[in-house]
Amino acid sequence: MRDAVIIGAGPAGLAAAYGAAKNGLRVVVIDDNPAAGGQIWRGEQAKPASPEAQVWFEKLRSVDIQLITGARVFQQRAPGTLLAETPEGVSELNYDSLVLATGARERFLPFPGWTLPNVMGAGGLQALVKTGLPIDGKRVMVAGSGPLLLAVAAYLRTRGAEVLLIAEQVSSMQLARFAVGLVGKASQVFSLKRQLRGVRYLSGCWVTAAHGDGKLESVALTRGGKRWQVSCDYLACGYHLVPNVELAELLGCVVESGSVSVDQYQQTSIANVYSAGEATGIGGLELSLVEGEIAGLAIAGKHDEARSLFPIREQQRRFATRLNQTFALRDELKQLPAPDTIVCRCEDVTFARLSAHDSWRAAKLQTRCGMGPCQGRVCGSAVEFLFGWRAESVRPPLLPVRIQSLIR
Amino acid sequence: MPETVTVVVNGVSVTMPAGSMVSAAILKTGITAFRRSATGEPRGPLCGMGRCFECCVTIDGEEHCRSCQTVCRDGMDVRTDA
Repeated sequence: MRDAVIIGAGPAGLAAAYGAAKNGLRVVVIDDNPAAGGQIWRGEQAKPASPEAQVWFEKLRSVDIQLITGARVFQQRAPGTLLAETPEGVSELNYDSLVLATGARERFLPFPGWTLPNVMGAGGLQALVKTGLPIDGKRVMVAGSGPLLLAVAAYLRTRGAEVLLIAEQVSSMQLARFAVGLVGKASQVFSLKRQLRGVRYLSGCWVTAAHGDGKLESVALTRGGKRWQVSCDYLACGYHLVPNVELAELLGCVVESGSVSVDQYQQTSIANVYSAGEATGIGGLELSLVEGEIAGLAIAGKHDEARSLFPIREQQRRFATRLNQTFALRDELKQLPAPDTIVCRCEDVTFARLSAHDSWRAAKLQTRCGMGPCQGRVCGSAVEFLFGWRAESVRPPLLPVRIQSLIR
Repeated sequence: MPETVTVVVNGVSVTMPAGSMVSAAILKTGITAFRRSATGEPRGPLCGMGRCFECCVTIDGEEHCRSCQTVCRDGMDVRTDA
């Protein structure tokens, strides 16, 4: 029996696992979170809240899959063998085929005050509320860019938050062009609109600073030359998403423009390594699911069946292209950091110190930017936007691990 | 399965719905500074999904635990590093 290892138990990983397990592969799915579902289906393994989650968790119960949660892959010992740190120690994962469904993270952009406690990502605050933070009666400002802002605002509202404003940096003209093409997503848009009735949504608007003594107290905003300030308890601010490609890079897979490169069967530049979902480019739930299905079928040798899904993927990819064009960042956001604004939060490296250098490597060597525990996962995409530098190399361990995990 | 769990944050008991993360429990107590940065700034959770390391605290004596990826267990001893 051939072994498939799937990294990531979000929609893409679960869809891949299902396709592979149904066709006779022995499947292990591994995720660093305590439960399956990824970010979008967080907490829905136990209690599905969306129809899609219900369908997929139901399907998964019909096949035999080993799910390992709370485990972080940090190294490839040799081709075909990955090492993962678990709460108990280190697990060795052997694979004939590997699917990287590592998802995405939010893009954060530095602005004065963004390091204050209670300034969080949009998805970040949503994740906290989904995992037990009471938000009832709290005043929340949602800002940044991308469709996630709407989903987050709607969710927070159902949990009793007072959503003061959704500030979207994209111009209303760009948004209008995007909206015209949303025919296939009409029901989703309609339901979000209903949930957000009464919430102010401002396009062409962004946060210029967060203020507070030891924690967030107010937020400064700008729109069309006008500036004003709003008191709030939380700022949920994220600028769309960036693919998690570090593991792919560690394995030596080709990564282009920040996404894992794949062929029509979701195969990477390494023959037995596949990738699906947000890691191959930001495209949302439906694209992740169909890419995952294709990858799962392909590693099981079911290429005809996989091909039958190509038209659905094509349609979703067209949507993804429009999505990413629409939510491109405006240049004004590059002016947000003040000289003393921290860019690398792990090592407290300011914008002024980075500005003295001309490459990621030089900045790293001289300032330790990107060398703290997050290894550039937060500042990397910010630095790329602000200075145009791209992080150069990924080395093991992929994440900080216990000394015992390294010396075993 | 019991419906709630109680953890101790800096000596103060806080009861949470079962399955809650330690990060949510800390914020529920009113604490917003989870750790001090390299230059001594107070910091709290940012990404909520285990990527940014801003929510690291000491849990049952183990330092540098990401509280956003640690599920609350009854009696857990949580210490913020701020």
